[in-house]
Order: sequence, then structure tokens, then C-alpha cells
Amino acid sequence: MKLSKNFVKDYIDIDVDIKTLAEDMTRVGNEYDSAEKLINATKLIIGEVLECEDHPDSDHLHVCKVDIGSEVLDIVCGAPNVRKGLKVILAQVGAELPGDFKIKKGSIRGKESNGMICSIAELGLESKFLTEADKEGIHELPADAPVGGDPIAFIGMDDEIADFELTANRGDLLSILGMAYELGAIYDKPVKEIDLKHNEIEEDVNDSFKVEVETENCNLFLAKKALNVTIKESPAFIKNRLIASGIRPINNVVDISNYVMLEVGQPLHFYDADRLGDKILVRMAKKDEKLTTLDNIERTLDEEDIVITNGIEAIGLAGVMGGLSTEVEEDTKNIIIEAAVFDGVKIRCTSKRIVRSEASNRFEKGLDPNRTYMAIERACTLLEKYADAKIAKGIVVYDNADKEAKKVDVAFEDINNLLGIVVPDDETLNVFRKLGFEYKVNGRTITVTVPTRRMDISIKEDLIEEVGRIYGVDNIEGKLPVLSTRTGKYDKTTREIRNKMIGLGLNETMSYILVNDKDADKFTTDSFETIKLLDPLTEERNTLRYSMIPSLLKIYEYNLDRTNRDVSIFEIGKGFGKVKDEYIEEQKLCALMSGKYYEGIGNTKNVDFYMIKGVAEELLDFLGYSGRYSFVNDKQLPKEFHPGQTALISVNNDIVGIIGKLHPNTAKEDVFVMEINLEKLLSKKVGKMKYKEFSKFPSIKKDVAFIVDKNLESAIIEKQIKKSAGNLLTNIEVFDVYTGEHVEEGKKSIAYSLTFSDSKKTLTDDEVTAIFNKVIADADKTLGAILRN
Amino acid sequence: MKEQIAKIKESAICEIENAKTLQELNDVRVKYSGKKGELTAVLKGMKDLTAEERPVIGALVNEVRDALENKIKECEEVLKEQALNEKLEKEKIDITLPSVKIKRGSKHPINRVIEEIEDIFVSMGYDVVDGPELETDEYCFERLNLPKGHPARDMQDSFYVDPEHLLRTQTSAVQARVMMANEEKSPIRVICPGKTYRRDDDATHSHQFGQVEGLVIDKNISLADLKGTLEVFVRKMLGENSKLRFRPSYFPFTEPSYEVNVSCFKCGGKGCNICKQTGWIEILGSGMVHPNVLKMNGYDPDKYTGFAFGTGLDRLAMFKYGITDIRYLYTNDVRFLNQFDRKDVD
Repeated sequence: MKLSKNFVKDYIDIDVDIKTLAEDMTRVGNEYDSAEKLINATKLIIGEVLECEDHPDSDHLHVCKVDIGSEVLDIVCGAPNVRKGLKVILAQVGAELPGDFKIKKGSIRGKESNGMICSIAELGLESKFLTEADKEGIHELPADAPVGGDPIAFIGMDDEIADFELTANRGDLLSILGMAYELGAIYDKPVKEIDLKHNEIEEDVNDSFKVEVETENCNLFLAKKALNVTIKESPAFIKNRLIASGIRPINNVVDISNYVMLEVGQPLHFYDADRLGDKILVRMAKKDEKLTTLDNIERTLDEEDIVITNGIEAIGLAGVMGGLSTEVEEDTKNIIIEAAVFDGVKIRCTSKRIVRSEASNRFEKGLDPNRTYMAIERACTLLEKYADAKIAKGIVVYDNADKEAKKVDVAFEDINNLLGIVVPDDETLNVFRKLGFEYKVNGRTITVTVPTRRMDISIKEDLIEEVGRIYGVDNIEGKLPVLSTRTGKYDKTTREIRNKMIGLGLNETMSYILVNDKDADKFTTDSFETIKLLDPLTEERNTLRYSMIPSLLKIYEYNLDRTNRDVSIFEIGKGFGKVKDEYIEEQKLCALMSGKYYEGIGNTKNVDFYMIKGVAEELLDFLGYSGRYSFVNDKQLPKEFHPGQTALISVNNDIVGIIGKLHPNTAKEDVFVMEINLEKLLSKKVGKMKYKEFSKFPSIKKDVAFIVDKNLESAIIEKQIKKSAGNLLTNIEVFDVYTGEHVEEGKKSIAYSLTFSDSKKTLTDDEVTAIFNKVIADADKTLGAILRN
Repeated sequence: MKEQIAKIKESAICEIENAKTLQELNDVRVKYSGKKGELTAVLKGMKDLTAEERPVIGALVNEVRDALENKIKECEEVLKEQALNEKLEKEKIDITLPSVKIKRGSKHPINRVIEEIEDIFVSMGYDVVDGPELETDEYCFERLNLPKGHPARDMQDSFYVDPEHLLRTQTSAVQARVMMANEEKSPIRVICPGKTYRRDDDATHSHQFGQVEGLVIDKNISLADLKGTLEVFVRKMLGENSKLRFRPSYFPFTEPSYEVNVSCFKCGGKGCNICKQTGWIEILGSGMVHPNVLKMNGYDPDKYTGFAFGTGLDRLAMFKYGITDIRYLYTNDVRFLNQFDRKDVD
């Protein structure tokens, strides 16, 4: 809301600069965006063009002599409308114009120029506010403009504007009157009464005009009639105040409806009475009902829109925009003035769909029904004064509104307890007085009569807020609450997982959960439905991810595009899906690794399957799952993975995640990923960390190499060895895998290092050899494994 | 005979001292003390001596042999050390060559900030709680005093997935969850950090962003308590010299409501590009829990009061680490991520 200082001064005597005013308003909760003069220019003066000759070296420049009272200046001017005898706005040497434009003494094609004759645009006014004449050239001041005087004051644009970003509950401040009350509370000044006086003629509007309302979404509808209006340009003060408030002046009648809206906060609508007919009927629109609005666009309505009709067809979209058929035009003589209150929610929905306007904004925030009466009378006053209107007697009323002021009780102690300080009683009462609230004190209770303009106040906490606001929140000293001593809880496990992954050398990312629907069901074989947004911002992000891999893959691709080829990243986040009509949301851990893992001269390690497997094992062991997990590939794998380099992670015989290389169709480079459903994993039983006695006796190591079928998995061989060896075998490790020369085609050599020990005694060579031989014999029998010499 | 022995000793010692390598030294040992060595030969010749001479000469030979052995050992050690030093010298490498780059991970700045906030509040007895990101309209809005059609919903244009479910626009949704989950309706002290989403995406807004919500409900909780708590929080987070400024504002779930500004950490309040010349940075929304919210979630507003606050994690992370563009937080360029690879300065 743009506040014109000149405008508000009609209602309150204030004498502060706009910056101070804006700061003071901010302190009580009305934040400002900007506070400045309407025209931000210095050293402007009214001049009269005494002489105007064509510049000898130019086809459009003029060489002028301009009288500014104290002297006559030589000025070169390029405007087409500069001419002898014209009164102009002159920026003197040293003047600063908007856009950091400084006027210097200069010479233009050999002719001296000591200043600049200005157009309105050069003074910083937006082009939408310019008249046709002003768009063409320099501003022409009337003949009575005093030479040497202040041109901005003369044209009435010596105004200051503060632009406030108001909170959604303060609809009352969308009016000059509301602002006056707020300033009155800040500066302890009374608000002046609004002038509603006008004459009325014998003709009674009720004799010729009816209003019917058929919907509960309109609880107040008033109509008055103004006859014989003269449509013309508005007086300067109206135009300037509209401009200051950001509204483009049109003609006196349209301007008055906007002016009253700004002043009182109640949007009005003016109909051409002769085109409207004798009746207004307010109802909800019919489905697909058509209406051509003021902007000459045919709108298709629906049953949620409130519509104004003439009893036959729609003539206006209530609270949002009028219809074209009954618009006030140049030849309009008689006017029906509408002042009504429509349901804010309905207006909000309609305006969101059609167009948001100053009017709809006010309806949405709620209106004071007493102001509706005030506004329609105010419009009549101004129409009579500035449009020569005759006002018909009476007012057509449909009124179902509650116009009673609310009474709210609050105790002095309630205020002090909630604010946490002691506000002296008289200070509290002083706040209510300054706000213009009537009150009665009964014992320790104050009964406050809240004026209907303050629709935001209905409970005692609202009154406490007012006291806090006006008394000054800066006067409240902070303290720490007195609370029982306790320790707080937080999710340690997630943090430890994060730190573990970081320790393993991965960069933590923060990715978007929204992905493209084409990616949302990938990287998994789980059955679920993807969850799509009803109204996405972009197609790229229209669906919630299930797997986190698409999110991390996007990050990987982003980096690859920037030639960051070594990417080892991870993230803990959520995956979403719909299963059996239920939304599920699960915490997941995802890692993606590609490129070099570490590097040094002759010491470079690229990420491969065993690297990501190592990361998975590190994490699982760290979380206490040693001995409880395995990697399996005998189940169906997601098709986005390399079929031969992918494994599911099974913990306590339940699949909790996946590791593997991405399929070349998914990622061109070698990319390895891991995804673990943390909720599933962390629900599994873990081994407690507990000290286990280790053997004090020496252990014996023996190596063995087998020639086996190439596709025989090591895990199967290991399992067999363990089975044969019994519990004296305490460790088994693969130390070599070889295919090639000396090994038959279709076979491989795989070598194990076996560690034997007994916690009770020193093992003898004979004992170990016996076990070792059994291992070899069993491997041959069960797996066809041949001992390699 | 004695003379011969003395001569042998003399020449042996000389040769020992001249030995340049362990091999030469060993040759000397063999030459004198070996089976066919000169000293051994003397012993062998003792059979020609008289009974009186034999023990004397025998003792003398032994004495000389021991002396030679000792001398050999002595030289051997010197030579060994020399050999080792030579070996080490050969093994010398260029220590200025680059190291093996052991991969160092990094913690995302938003999570750094979350952990820091958690630590501050956990130490004050707050629990850290979590809530769903795919929330119901009921918890995200209705139970927070934002009925359908409420104009304040416009400030939080949302991503709905069906008419009743949306990506939460604010971590405040967790307020209602915590109150409803508390069956005894006992005092509450929680914070909830997490991701939030709004239909808004430009240079200064990300459609996904981080927030942390705080909620305290107890008997006699006042606005002064809120101020004091936020002062502790902000000073721990942004520096002990930070000043706070409360400005009345409006949130449907608190009454009264306040926006909290912090003196600009960069210019200290003088005005700079970070604070847009105002000296202040808007970082928190806060207020006293609205009695309707207490009531709707089962708490008696005549018995209990409370405060709530919320702040944006992205901005805090940007301030704390001087990050200039909010998009960096979500594009995850590894050159960005790699910069968050160490402990924070205490």
C-alpha cells in the first residue's frame, strides 16, 4: 500500500518526514519497502521561454532564452513543443534528476546550454501516468505559473510516498483513513472527520431501482444514484494522489471511485444507469456463464464466482471487475453507485483465476460494513463537487451485515503475563485511547469496544498484541524461561551415518526431491505408484522421487557438464511413493561415486564395484551389522543397473538396499551407486558392541588356490571352506583371482588365505594339515574345485 | 714365539682398521682366527713348546684372539652403520612431490547449520523432532489456524498432490503434530529442522528450502521468554555481539506475532549490500502460540501459554559461510561442496 503523505494529511496533522514516518510505522509492525519523494529531483524552477530559435546546426534543436526570475539563461532544447511564451520546468545547472542524472553547464553543437527544460518523464514519473501531451515532449505549465517559483509544488506533486508491505490481517490499513488511525496511535493525534456532506434532489433512487441478493456470499449491497454527471478531467489533487498511490487517472468519475476506495478502503463500482436498467440481482454464476469484462475479454465463469446481473444476464464480476456493457463512458449521464461487501474467500478464488486488482485485494482482506455506508456517501459528495452530479435522495439497501462493535475483555494481568513485563495500568489504557478504542475498567478487567474497522481484533490476545505494539516491544527485556532441567534428545544415528560417509571421503549434497515423472519410478523393483504434483512449476520437477538416485544423478550430470569428473557424493533424504492408497515417506541413504577415488603419482584408484561395496560394508559394519548382511544377485534387478555388476544388500535375509554400476543406457561413464532404505535397515536387529576374548595362542596361516568354474562365486567357495574347516578356521580371505595363461578356458584360479587358531591351546601343524586336507578334498567333491599347484 | 704373536696382532689390527667393507672384515677374521688362520697356526705349533711355555703362550694367543674379535666387532658396527646410511641415502625421495590425495568428504552447509542449531537447543533441553514432508492440509494449515480460503495461505503458495495432501510449506506443521502426539498434554520443548517447499523459484527463492521450527509450551511462558531464548540462539549462531530487533508482524498461528531482525553480521549495523543498507537482516518469524492453535491441538489456553519461532536455514548458511547465491546450495557443484570439508571454527 502506497501512502501519500499529502493525502493522509487531510485526516491527521503530522509533520514528520516520510522516512521517519515509515520507520515509526515499521516499529509498530507495518514494514515499509521504500519511502521517498514523489518527484526526486533538485534545483527545479519555473521558467518562461522568452526567445526560441532553431539551432543553426541541427534539424530539431532549439536555442532558447529562458527567464527564471533572477536571470535569463541560454538553453538548448530538443523538445518539439518548446516555443516562445511557454512556461516550463527548468532543471538548473547542478540539478540532480532521477536515474543519477546530473545537469551540467554545457555546449550543444556550439551553443551554450545552462540547464535543461524537463518533461514529466525526466522527473521520474512512470510512463503509464503520463498524459498524451506529456509523452510527446516537455511539460507545459499553465500561463499563471509564477516564474522563479517551485514547479513541483505548483503542479501539486510535492508529495512524499511510503510504500508499505502490510500483513494479511491489517485490511484496515488499505485505506488512508486506516493509516490515519494508525498514525494517530503512534503520534497521539486525533483523526479528523471525513466530509460526507452533499445535497440531494427530490427524486428517490428507491422509486426507480431495486437490489436483490440471492447469495449468502454478499451480505451488504448499497446503491445510490448520481444524475447529470459531467465527464471530464479530474482536478490536479485527485490525479496527483492517484498517481502517488500507483493508480492511473482516467476521468473524474472513474477517478472518484478509485479515490474513495483509497481513502475509505471500500471498493466502489459505477454503472452507467441508463444501460444498466432498473435492477441489480446478485447471485452465484452459472457453470460456463459468459461475461465480457471491462477489458473486453470474454470470461467463462463457474459456480464459485459471485456475479452481478441485471436480472437477466451477468453485467459484472463481483469484487473483481465490471462488465463492458454497463461501463461508464464519455457520454455517460447518470450513474448507479455500488458499494457492497462480498465474501473474501470467494473473491480471492475468482480473482486468482481472472485478475487481481486493488479492489479484489480489499475484498479478500475483509471490509468494515460501516465504511461501506461511508464510502457511498463520500462518493456522492465528490461527484457533486467534481462532476457536477445531482444526487438522488435515498439509498437502496440490502443489509445482512453485523455492524456492531465487538466488546473484548482483557485483564491487566493477562497483558503482563503474556508479555512478560509489567506495563503500568495507565500506560495500557493510554494505548487503547491512542488507538481510538473505547474502554471501561471494572476491577482489574478492561472491557474494550473494538471499532468495526479493526476486523483483526476479536480475542484478548489481539488486544495484548496492540498493547505490545504501541507500548513498544523494544521495552520488553528478554529473559530465559524458567523450565525444568532436562537433556534434549536428537537423532544421533543419522548424524553418525553422515559423519561415517564423510569419513569415507564422500561429499554430502542437498538435492531436490522433485524430479521428472519419467525418472520417478526408476532404480527400483519395488511396487508403488509415483506421486505427482497437481500444479508443478516445471515439467522437470513434477513428481516426488521414490529413489534418491535420480536426484543424485542430476547432480552428477551437472558436475560432469562442468568437467568435474571425480564425483563421490552422498545424501540422507526422503523417498516418496503411494502403496495401497497410502502415502509412504522413507528415509534413505544414497551414494554415487564416479571417477577417481584417490590419486597420487602411480597411486591412482578409480571407483569400481568393489569400492562401492567397500563403502557399503564399512557402513554396515559400523552400524553393527557385521555377519548379518550379504550381497545377493539372484533376484530381479532394476533395469537401470548393470546386470552383471549389481547386488542387493540383504540384512537378516531381507533386502534393504542396492549397490552397483549403472547401466550404460543410464549413464555413459562408469557410475556406481548405493541406496539403502535407512528405516528398513535400522529396524533390523544389530549385534551389540561387546568385548570378546581373543586367542592368546599363536595362529597358523595357510594359503590355498583352486581352479574352479569361471562363474562359481567366491561366496559359495568360502561357505564350503568354512563348513569343512569347522570353528578352528577363524578367518578367510581371497587374495588372488586369476584367469589367463596356465588356466584352462572357462576356469579361474582363486586363492584364499586361511587362518586357524584355537583359543584354548597352541595348534599343531598336524592338526591344521588334517583340516586343510579335508578342506581340499571337500572342495573337490562338492564344487569340483581342483587344487592349483 | 711371543714376538711372532705380537707381530700377528699388530698386522691384524692394522688390516682390521683398513677393512672397507664387511666382506673385507670377514676376510681378515678368516685370515687370522679362521681354521687355517695365522693365530690358529700358532696354536697348532704349541705342541713343540715346553710344558711351562704352553699355558703362557696359549693364554697369550687367546688374549690376542679376543682382542682381535673385539676390534672386528667394533669395526663391524661402524661399517654396518655406514652401509645403512648409504642405503638410506639412496632411498632419499623428493618430499615436495604431491601426496596421495586421500579423499576427504564434506558436510553440506545446510546440515552444518542444522547440527549447530540442534546442539544449541539440545543443550537447553529441547528435543529434536521430525515430521513428514508430505503433509496433510490439516496439519500444515488448518490446525495452525489457517482455514481453507485464509488469505495468509497465499504467502505460502503450495505444491499439492491431492486436495488434502501437500509438500509442507513450513516446518510449523510439526507444531500441531507434536501437540497432538502428546497424550498427557504435558509441557513441550522441541525444535524441528527440515525441508519445506513453496511454489516459488527465482534468483532469491528456491522451491525447496530449509527451515527450523521451535516450540515451547508450558505454564507462564511469556514474550520476554521468547526474546531471551532467541537472543541466546542468535548470539551463539551469529556472534555474541549480534543485536536483535523485534517487529510486530502477523502469522495466523501466533498472537502476538513478531518478525525478528538481527544486526547485520557483516557491517555491524552501519549498512552494506548484505543488509540492503538497513543495518538489519530479517531472519526469524516468531510469536506467542495462538490460543486457537493450543485449543485445536488439545491444550487448554487458560492453563498453558507458549512461544514458537521459525527461521530459514538457507539464509543462515549463506550468512555464516558468505555464500553469495542460494542456488549454490542446491546445484551441489563439487567445487562448492569441497569447501565444507573441515571442522567449523569454535
